[in-house]
Amino acid sequence: MVQAEILDILFTYLKAFAVGGGICLIAQFIINFTDLTAGKILVYFMLAGVVLTAIGVYQPLVEFAGAGATVPISGFGYLLANGAMKGAEKGFFYAITGSLTAASAGVTAAVVFAFIMALIFKSRTKRN
Amino acid sequence: MNKSNTVFFKNAPRILSSAAVCGSKESEGIIGSYADITLADDMFGESTYEKAECKMLSSAISLVIEKSGLKEENIDVLLSGDLLNQIISASFAARDFTFPFLGLYSACSTMSESILLGAALVDGGYVKTAVCATGSHFASAERQYRYPLELGCTRPPQAQWTVTGAGGLLLGRSDKGIRVTCGTMGRVCDFGVTDVNNMGAAMAPAAADTIIRHFRDTQTGPEDFDLILTGDLGALGSRIVKDLTWEKGFDISNNHVDCGEIIYKVIESEFQGGSGAGCSATVLNSYILTKMNAGLYKRVLFAATGALLSTVSSGQGESIPCISHAVRLEV
Amino acid sequence: MTGRTRENYNRNYLNYVKTQDPPTKHLKNCAAAFGVGGLICCIGQFIRYMFMYAGLTGDELAGATSVVLIFIGCFLTGLGVYDRIGRYAGAGSIVPITGFANSVTSPAIEFKTEGWIYGMAAKMFTVAGAIIVFGVFSGVLVGLIYYFI
Repeated sequence: MVQAEILDILFTYLKAFAVGGGICLIAQFIINFTDLTAGKILVYFMLAGVVLTAIGVYQPLVEFAGAGATVPISGFGYLLANGAMKGAEKGFFYAITGSLTAASAGVTAAVVFAFIMALIFKSRTKRN
Repeated sequence: MNKSNTVFFKNAPRILSSAAVCGSKESEGIIGSYADITLADDMFGESTYEKAECKMLSSAISLVIEKSGLKEENIDVLLSGDLLNQIISASFAARDFTFPFLGLYSACSTMSESILLGAALVDGGYVKTAVCATGSHFASAERQYRYPLELGCTRPPQAQWTVTGAGGLLLGRSDKGIRVTCGTMGRVCDFGVTDVNNMGAAMAPAAADTIIRHFRDTQTGPEDFDLILTGDLGALGSRIVKDLTWEKGFDISNNHVDCGEIIYKVIESEFQGGSGAGCSATVLNSYILTKMNAGLYKRVLFAATGALLSTVSSGQGESIPCISHAVRLEV
Repeated sequence: MTGRTRENYNRNYLNYVKTQDPPTKHLKNCAAAFGVGGLICCIGQFIRYMFMYAGLTGDELAGATSVVLIFIGCFLTGLGVYDRIGRYAGAGSIVPITGFANSVTSPAIEFKTEGWIYGMAAKMFTVAGAIIVFGVFSGVLVGLIYYFI
């Protein structure tokens, strides 16, 4: 019984590793063969997440891989689209505000922590 | 096409003194033991990188004057520029001095442009002495042209590393020292390279154009020079410039050296080598001029190259126009 | 040289430059991206489990997990470690949410020398702003489409 549970958890990690790593691998492939910069890659992957969620492909992937699908930036797109879709069920107003509401935790955390880090740290020059 | 763009300095202004300041990373390389000041810390005791760059430049200028034995009031003009917007480092450094300042912008070829103009002014007798100096700083250039320093993005294999350093020299009339005998003014060349990480490929045509025109204008060839020194083409750009000149019938492969290619000790980890205005300035003013004074090189063609782009132009998808000015230095 | 001849010449030159380009290390790059990206996702999964044991569920769980990951990304950026990981891992550290945190924090730290308001705050989203803009826009679009069908 306990052994089965441990195996289950290990398998979850394995799935997260494979799917998350796979998404990064695709991005690296695109970077290698085109001259897309980091910023553009982030936007395209986020948009891909939104589209895949809207057509219902991403939700099963999230259920399968857990953090493997939500941690990459496409998971942010999933969050946005999911929020919007849930909002749409509630009404017109929530259809518009739903996406950003769902993503508010991430955006707020990024702004607040970035602010704190800017208070504490200084940029440093690189040697390699 | 056949019009000469080369100016000959009949009175042959001489290099009275030179000085170089370089960062800690650069000091590990070839120029380390030749530079006058090597920084232990790239901040140079300042609060921002821009201030550090400015201080490096003004230290280089002070050192040049000090080493020549002249006083500040004997200097007639400062010709200087750098990579930052509105050449702030050069103009802010110039505020520490009492002599006039002519600001130049020619990106990484500022060193050779300033020597060319300084030599013309001295040769014509308009000024007695002219200080030519330039510098760059990795952190300030990186932030202006690329991304914030802490952003975790990869450097493509064509990329170069902006040199932290500044160098300067003093031109004047004297009866000993290295002579500046002639110089070729550069033309802007644009072969349609749009990749801002591939500066070597963008600048190589400009270097090749200027070097070939210099050979034609002065009826010389690669064999007449001990050294053909380009600025910051890097390993890739050097290969291209050799190919381009070879195509036109000049084989410079035996005596061509690129400052960017030699400045760092381990080229593989810096990808293609060094770049930036400080690259040619530090290498020329420390290593090369020392070797020339020692008589190792008698005749050097110094052709620094510059990429005349801005973040706005590359953002709008423009290709990268480049320029190269050449000066001939003789012992 | 103008017009067509120039274009031809440029094309020839660019083709020639391509042959001279140093080779990209595809295998090494991709392996590093896969490994590091997977690892970050595993850390995410670990955090998720921890919060699950603490009793969080649903949106709260997802939100808490991403907040912690973003904190890690911001903190490593502040320490100057994240860009080193990025140099090695490429997309492996760009694509996870920690990369988003990095792209917000790095300009904030970098530009604070230009003042707190116009430097740090205004330039905080120089890289990540695009994600927010396109994210919100596409999110609203999806919401509207779902509302009307």
